[in-house]
Amino acid sequence: MNALTSLMNLVKIQGGVHPPEHKQESTLRPIVALPLPKELVIPVRQHVGNLPKVLVKPGDRVLKGQLLAEPEGNISAAIHAPTSGVVRAIEESMIPHPSGLPDVCVILDADGKEEWVPHQPISWKDANKSDLLSALRKSGIVGLGGAAFPTQVKLSTGGRTLVHTLVINAAECEPYITCDDMLMRERAMDIVRGIEIVQSLLGAERTIIGIEDNKPEAAEAMRLASESASGDVKVKVVPTQYPSGDARQLIRLVSGIEVPADKRSTEVGVQCFNVATVLAVYRFFEFGEPSISRIVTITGNVRSPGNFEVLFGTPVRLLVEAAGGALPDTNEYIMGGPMMGFSLPSETVPVTKAANCIIASAPNLFPPAPQAMPCIRCARCADACPVRLQPQELYWFAKSDNFEKAREYNLFDCIECGCCSYVCPSNIPLVQYYRYAKSEIIAQDRAQQAADLARERNEFRLLRIEREKQERAQKHAQKAAGAKQEASKSEASDAHGDAEAAKKAAIAAAIERAKAQKATTVVKNTDDPSDKLKSEIEEIDKRRADLGLVENAELSQSGTQEKE
Amino acid sequence: MTRSPYLTNAPSVSVIMLKVVLALIPAIFAYVWVFGGGILVVLSIATFVALTSEALMLKLRNRPVLPFLMDGSALVTAWLLALSLPPLAPWWLVVVGTFFAIVIAKQLYGGLGYNPFNPAMVGYAVLLISFPSIMTHWPAPLDLAKAQLGFADQFHYIFGGLLPDGVKVDGITQATPLDYLKTQLGLHRDLQDITHESIYGKFGGHGAELVTFAYLLGGIYLLQQKLITWHLPVAFLASLAIFSEIFYLVNPEHFANPLFHMFTGASMLAAFFIITDPVSGPTTPKGKLIFAGGIGILTYLIRVYGGYPDGVAFSVLLFNIGVPLIDAYTQPRVFGHTK
Repeated sequence: MNALTSLMNLVKIQGGVHPPEHKQESTLRPIVALPLPKELVIPVRQHVGNLPKVLVKPGDRVLKGQLLAEPEGNISAAIHAPTSGVVRAIEESMIPHPSGLPDVCVILDADGKEEWVPHQPISWKDANKSDLLSALRKSGIVGLGGAAFPTQVKLSTGGRTLVHTLVINAAECEPYITCDDMLMRERAMDIVRGIEIVQSLLGAERTIIGIEDNKPEAAEAMRLASESASGDVKVKVVPTQYPSGDARQLIRLVSGIEVPADKRSTEVGVQCFNVATVLAVYRFFEFGEPSISRIVTITGNVRSPGNFEVLFGTPVRLLVEAAGGALPDTNEYIMGGPMMGFSLPSETVPVTKAANCIIASAPNLFPPAPQAMPCIRCARCADACPVRLQPQELYWFAKSDNFEKAREYNLFDCIECGCCSYVCPSNIPLVQYYRYAKSEIIAQDRAQQAADLARERNEFRLLRIEREKQERAQKHAQKAAGAKQEASKSEASDAHGDAEAAKKAAIAAAIERAKAQKATTVVKNTDDPSDKLKSEIEEIDKRRADLGLVENAELSQSGTQEKE
Repeated sequence: MTRSPYLTNAPSVSVIMLKVVLALIPAIFAYVWVFGGGILVVLSIATFVALTSEALMLKLRNRPVLPFLMDGSALVTAWLLALSLPPLAPWWLVVVGTFFAIVIAKQLYGGLGYNPFNPAMVGYAVLLISFPSIMTHWPAPLDLAKAQLGFADQFHYIFGGLLPDGVKVDGITQATPLDYLKTQLGLHRDLQDITHESIYGKFGGHGAELVTFAYLLGGIYLLQQKLITWHLPVAFLASLAIFSEIFYLVNPEHFANPLFHMFTGASMLAAFFIITDPVSGPTTPKGKLIFAGGIGILTYLIRVYGGYPDGVAFSVLLFNIGVPLIDAYTQPRVFGHTK
């Protein structure tokens, strides 16, 4: 039975959608290196994790590949100078991030000399694993599929878990994006060398490269190249179905292993890397090149879409110009794919390690969603959900701020792939509702944690006050007893008085304790609950409005008119 | 700002509803062929009442009228109710039923997407309980009727209750196949004798079975268009068939065979058009099987042992009550979870 289900699982992901691919346009030309920009804005944090420590200061001359910032803490990544030049400033600047918030950037004036630091290749076959891993920590390599998680961390499984299978994510399931496709067509051999390194670092027995069947050239190139691999490396072509490139989906597709939701894939012996990431690992060891550039697809509403090798810190504008410029009706730029990407605040933001694709958007390309209608429970979303959630129920819970129920229905298993919104006949922005509910729950959990901490602190404080009082009373009693003793010199009265004083102190302490307890409970209950609730609701509503989760036909009206 | 996905590809609610309406057209042709043009009058009245009362309620509830009127859901409710009524139903019957379905069962609960009960079936149940005699007297198929009514005659009959000179009500109506079977079985006649009478056809009612085939055709179109999934119709028809087969095997003299049950009454209409109402039905695959299977069994039991000839409307309404519970207990296994 189990074998049968895993066999069936191999065929296709459950749910998913098949949006128009639009990959052809950007694969007509080979990868071209983008000309060197005059100024680079290099965000210090281009990865998931801690802000690295900046090692340079304004005025410093840096060489290409020189370390600009070193990783801080366990999960962090290094940042290198993409070219030689002079650091003009270190300041906050707009970065391409869904939050739309600025972050610390190193502003570098390129001198055009492209002067490298001395390359330090590492012969990976001879070195031991821990040396290689500590070297990798300085490589700046992060997951290049878009997640930007530090690669060294993913490779340091620490011997606790045994990884037997390395899955290379080359599915590239989002429409429009072709950077991995072109990379495989042109640099398959180097990728396989990278696979050999990563496979040996993980101690994995086999590698499976998962490629969607809409990339036959890439699959063929990889198949040919993998024949030269020293280990067991196989190409597995999977049906084109978004979101097969989600790591957990792809792992199941190519290996039949369904990673438990509460576990990491390494706990069941599988680790997954993007195809461009392993290539970066190869170039780092073979040539001593840190992560300073990547392949970016520029497509959509531009004159000649294509793929470019872009230095990190290059403004998106130059990439657009290299693609022949944007067509006149372009209204914004999307980073990532149309299913999970986000709108850039402007075209001046820099290309970062997470930037796999830039799409010039226009109203005719991605028309604004029509007016949302009520949910008719058609369950098309449930059929499309690759995680088999019940989006229509989650929507209902999120909309009514019933967060407990949303959590119970596994809201946090949602990967925000957007399939549900894609198929919704009522045009409900479902993913936005889930993002909102998730952030609300996280915020509430944090508030709860803070309240718990405050309560613990208060209890401890009361305990301390009580203890001090008791000690004082005891001291008092002793003193009184001592005085009495001195006065009467009678042994009997001494014993009696001492006992009495202690008793009194104990009673006083007990009264104190009771009072203190009463005080704390009273404080809780006298807080006007309706007021508190009201302000909480207002806060939530405000956040909701900020997120744009107001359907004219529905929310606003059910909020106002129906209350009467 | 994150507003992905930027792409959508879904038929709008209006398109879905219009396709449902389209899927009903073969059955309407069959109706006209078998019973005459009167059904068109009934459909028109229902449509008019549904749209005006929907618009009125939207106005009263301060909702945008046009977008909600254009969603087509009121039209679907009107047609489903009209097709459940006797094709020569008096005009006021259609008005009362449609008004009840739209105003009480749908709009008062919050309009599109919020009604816990199938609006058309609420309207039907109200009429069946209130006017049982009218609701169970169907016109005889044209080729069986003693007197022939033209379209104009049917029109006059619906609006004025007036028949041409010399034509009696008995001359144009007959009991429905299910009703007749029930009363005759009650007189201890053998099933075979009864079903050999002229009002019965190959599978179900003479003439009426053509209409049920047309529903089947429309249902296949809905399946092909992916507007409904197989779970509901298959589970409903299968449970109806299995249940009637068991009874039929035990006593074929007294219990009709599965084909009879599948092709008489509202079986086919229910399988593809009534129980498939998404708003008042379950959403999980397993839940759909339970819901439809239960309705099939209950329909059969009401037909055989209940006080009404057909049991679809009551079965659907009873199972509508259970939908939240069914959904809650049939959640599919989430990816990466053991249960």
